[in-house]
Amino acid sequence: MTEINTTKEQEVLAKLDTFDELPDAPPKRRIKLTWVGKVSVAVVVFWLIIVVIGPYIAPFHEMDIEGDDGFLDAYSGEYGTFYLGTDYLGRDTFSRVLFGARNTIGISLLSTLLAYVMGITLGILAAVKGGWIDMIISRINDAILALPTIMLGLIVIAALGSSIPILIGTAAVIYATSVFRIARALGQDIMVQDFVEAAKARGEGIWWIIRAEVLPNAAMPLATDFGLRLVFVVLFISSLSFLGLGVQPPASDWGSMVRENLAGLTYGSYAAIWPALSIATFTIAVNLIVDDISAKSGGSLAKKMV
Amino acid sequence: MMTQMVLRRIAIGFATLWVVSVIVFLATSILPGDVAQIILGQSATPETLAALRAELGMDQPGYIRYFSWLGNMVSGDLGISKAGGATISSLIGGRLGNTMMMAGIVALISIPISVALGLWAAMHPGTWLDRVVTFVTLSLISVPEFFIATVLVLILAVELHWLPSTAYMTGNETFLQLLKALAMPLITLVIVVSAQMIRMTRAGILNVMSSPYIEMAILKGVPRRRIILRHAFFNAIGPIVNVIALNLAYLVSGVVIVETIFAYPGLAKLMIDGVQTRDLPLVQACAMIFCGTYVVLILIADIASILSNPRLRQPK
Repeated sequence: MTEINTTKEQEVLAKLDTFDELPDAPPKRRIKLTWVGKVSVAVVVFWLIIVVIGPYIAPFHEMDIEGDDGFLDAYSGEYGTFYLGTDYLGRDTFSRVLFGARNTIGISLLSTLLAYVMGITLGILAAVKGGWIDMIISRINDAILALPTIMLGLIVIAALGSSIPILIGTAAVIYATSVFRIARALGQDIMVQDFVEAAKARGEGIWWIIRAEVLPNAAMPLATDFGLRLVFVVLFISSLSFLGLGVQPPASDWGSMVRENLAGLTYGSYAAIWPALSIATFTIAVNLIVDDISAKSGGSLAKKMV
Repeated sequence: MMTQMVLRRIAIGFATLWVVSVIVFLATSILPGDVAQIILGQSATPETLAALRAELGMDQPGYIRYFSWLGNMVSGDLGISKAGGATISSLIGGRLGNTMMMAGIVALISIPISVALGLWAAMHPGTWLDRVVTFVTLSLISVPEFFIATVLVLILAVELHWLPSTAYMTGNETFLQLLKALAMPLITLVIVVSAQMIRMTRAGILNVMSSPYIEMAILKGVPRRRIILRHAFFNAIGPIVNVIALNLAYLVSGVVIVETIFAYPGLAKLMIDGVQTRDLPLVQACAMIFCGTYVVLILIADIASILSNPRLRQPK
């Protein structure tokens, strides 16, 4: 009996090998972007390159006071060319925008990554373990989620003062809460699927199930959500900087640059406009990419949870 | 069943408010910095420090300070500001009114605009006008509030000279002057809030449009306008009220930025000044007011969606 069974099995397996994919396997996911999406990808890649090489290609240092006077017009420098004019202290706006990319996007990326590590670890833990662990983490999470993010930021900074590590930590904790909710929801969905039941029945350990079944299946929705979260973090950090409570001068940061040069608008200086435009191009582009991807995958979880 | 759910939700709302008070108190009290030390500065002797701590009640254990703080706050005594020593209630009084006035006007303007535009976009999905609305609103919600404000200042104040770039108020302007002073922050907030609301209204209606009874109406040949106005709209009212309450809650963070840019004498500006001077009692009071308002608005949003769900309204 057993022998016949094994040969039959082998036959079936041999047949299956002739298929590229199993007949009922889902089609391979391929992300096709519209032209809006492609342009947006180009914009995001451009800024990411600037984050890396910005300080090396900037004509001046971010803290050098080059012009004799604040708010000089473009191309009016004696010591070199100010492509975008100078700011309120006479520093080259173009160089400060290039340097600022590192602070604004760099800090936001770090915070978002940290938020993801915390959120996913706790979220999957809560989903897999359930019970009182889930209860406690979820309740604390809901309490933080119930507050406006900017208020939380203000309270922490009022208490601890502002420095770059505190900014990164605050943003990471605040935004880990929404990552936690998504990761937990995804984890709970996946944990009741047949293939997880099968793995459990096979006797696989909890870590194997998390690594081999839960994480791969949660990866795509979480990746889309990463973009949305990154935009929120950029807005959060630059809003704090704009209020004078984020990245501290003289370091260049797009949010604080807008604040510093706001008064220049009345003299016809565009020094406040360039950093503001930089933030806008980056965040709009990221959002358009996310929008493009989720429009294709039909109302993804990430979109519903915004 | 529905009453039960609403009551449960209200209970959760109160629990959240309580947790908020704990967070605000913990964040601003368990600190490396010591309020007495900050007030007295470097010249403080151990004796004066101890005396001031006793006067401020800081020699007591944390939980006692928390409960006396909470009790005072509930009974309306918000404490004394560290800067200048005025009572916080007197500092907040007029400011709170200013912020409420601003939020009220913004709500009055943006709610009708957004619901109309959202409905209109949902009536014509996929047309190029719908796409323009979707693209513009997505772009607007992607940029920081201060970007919109900066561009408005550039266009309306610097280039066209139509409006002043700050919302400075002396208190004895004529109505027209007041209107002109408030125009810039109002326009900014209306744009920020409306963009979000238009998107959510559109999504809410389109969501209702995919339900079976609408398909039925389409199949029997009811014109699209009529479907939206007679069938979809009434079923979308619940979600729309939900959207409105949520967006009024978003106003909380918008107000912080906008009051700062335009130097509007509101509560948020007061709070930012408090954060900068690290006037913790003031920050605590303002944070409680803002967070409390936020929690209540979210509560209203949730109750609206419970009430609008027919399955919960008529239990089997």
